[in-house]
Amino acid sequence: MSEQQLFKVTIDNITIEVPAGTSILEAARKIGGEVAPPAMCFYSKLKGSGGKCRTCLVEVSKGSEKDPRPMPKLVASCRTTVMDGMEVKNITSPKVVDARAGVVEFLLLNHPLDCPICDQAGECHLQDLSYEHGKEGTRYEFQRRKFKKHDLGPYIQLHMTRCIMCFRCVYTADQLTENRVHGVLDRGDHAEIATFIEKSLDNDFIGNVIDVCPVGALTDKTFRFKNRVWFLKPMDAHRDCPKCSGKVTLWNRGEEVFRVTARKDEWGEVEDWICNECRFEKKHSSDWVIEGPREISRHSVISQGHYVHTVTPTETFLAVNDGRAPHLLLDIHTESDVNKPEIELSLINGPAHSNNFNSK
Amino acid sequence: MQALTNRAKQVDRAPMTFIEQLYLWNIVKGMAITFMHMFKKQPTIRYPEQKREFSSVFRGLHVLNRDEEGKERCTACGLCAVACPAEAITMEAAERLEGEENLYREEKYAAKYEINMLRCIFCGLCEEACPKDAIYLSETFTPADFNRKNFIYKKTDLLIPNPTTDAQGFAAAKGVKTNEIGLKN
Repeated sequence: MSEQQLFKVTIDNITIEVPAGTSILEAARKIGGEVAPPAMCFYSKLKGSGGKCRTCLVEVSKGSEKDPRPMPKLVASCRTTVMDGMEVKNITSPKVVDARAGVVEFLLLNHPLDCPICDQAGECHLQDLSYEHGKEGTRYEFQRRKFKKHDLGPYIQLHMTRCIMCFRCVYTADQLTENRVHGVLDRGDHAEIATFIEKSLDNDFIGNVIDVCPVGALTDKTFRFKNRVWFLKPMDAHRDCPKCSGKVTLWNRGEEVFRVTARKDEWGEVEDWICNECRFEKKHSSDWVIEGPREISRHSVISQGHYVHTVTPTETFLAVNDGRAPHLLLDIHTESDVNKPEIELSLINGPAHSNNFNSK
Repeated sequence: MQALTNRAKQVDRAPMTFIEQLYLWNIVKGMAITFMHMFKKQPTIRYPEQKREFSSVFRGLHVLNRDEEGKERCTACGLCAVACPAEAITMEAAERLEGEENLYREEKYAAKYEINMLRCIFCGLCEEACPKDAIYLSETFTPADFNRKNFIYKKTDLLIPNPTTDAQGFAAAKGVKTNEIGLKN
């Protein structure tokens, strides 16, 4: 094989050599950290994705060694390939910071602020993006767009109002499943993700659209309203699955498996696609071989209450008290109405309703 | 050694004289101070009959709020529970069924909501974290009790009276200063 040509590219004053044909975004991800521009629509594992959300805009202050003129406008880094000697400014350019704040404002124009209800809250890329790059207020004062409710079957819940039109789910269905039944209907402000004739999404591997969705537009119906992600404990687990790799993250509370998702890397992208059976059907910890707790970034709300590298002191009470156990004046598990052992929320199909709680 | 200030006084350790040993003058001096207090303003109040007014920023017993139409505001978003440093708050969420729109404001609501008052430190962070104005710390103390299990406050204990059915109770709980329980009559 011929020697692959390496291009030298400087991003935020950090130089890296990447093979020709790499996009600026992927070069920046190789450097890592804050240098990597955020991406809402680009997904490295989906061919053809990117170029829609404009959050990854960067400034190219020097085109290449041969043609050192800067590019006249900010470019989408997921769609622009590197040139030899290119110099790129991301967070060092005030123009980029300003443009990104504008893009975030545009993305939030029609996005309802229902994070308290949304199941994606806590792991939502749009939430992270607006916290890191957005401005506090919005200048939009009109009605947000509304859609007719669309049922996508027993597994996937669609909230069209939250959609930011990244097209990731369309590419996922195209590239992972044998038959895509959903797509984008209409155009402009009316564009919506839907199946043309009311039809449920039940292709194998279609569950991956949940992981791929950067916002809460497509969420797991079997997990709907069950718990907040930051109260669950992510555990790496695997099982022998004939269809997929079987490597997943379990979201546990105690021994109860509330949700199964694919493992995600530091860019929020799925490491291995998982099949529907692993995702929706296997809600018992006996189905899985648990590898251990998943490492969560310290800055994520999901790491709340996870105290890593702590040493628990040994209990000295019994030794001090001649082997007698302490007399408990109140056992919270008998008094509390929450987490009743007879109501297993994780086994209810779809969200819990008042009758699930009142039946006793 | 040189003193830092010249206010230091040498302690007089000379033995007391007979007159001093009688303590007569000192007793009179002490009695005078005691007697003088009879004519001063009392700093204490007669508690059960008289009650002190709470500070406007007092943080007391929690209240789960309703909106004007009597719908519960809480959507079980879990922000109060995650903000709680004492981990006193727990909840379980459910989806609103058709026909329950008059009960709950949003499509998701707290089916179960509990505050363990034995753990609560009344810091008010839950009130601060709430995005829906659903939880408030009122100007009342948590009543004392002989039984520990009565300190696990369920949703029925925490919810404010419904303004459509019990307008008076709602107004009282909202803190109309003159007739609220636990305030000055």
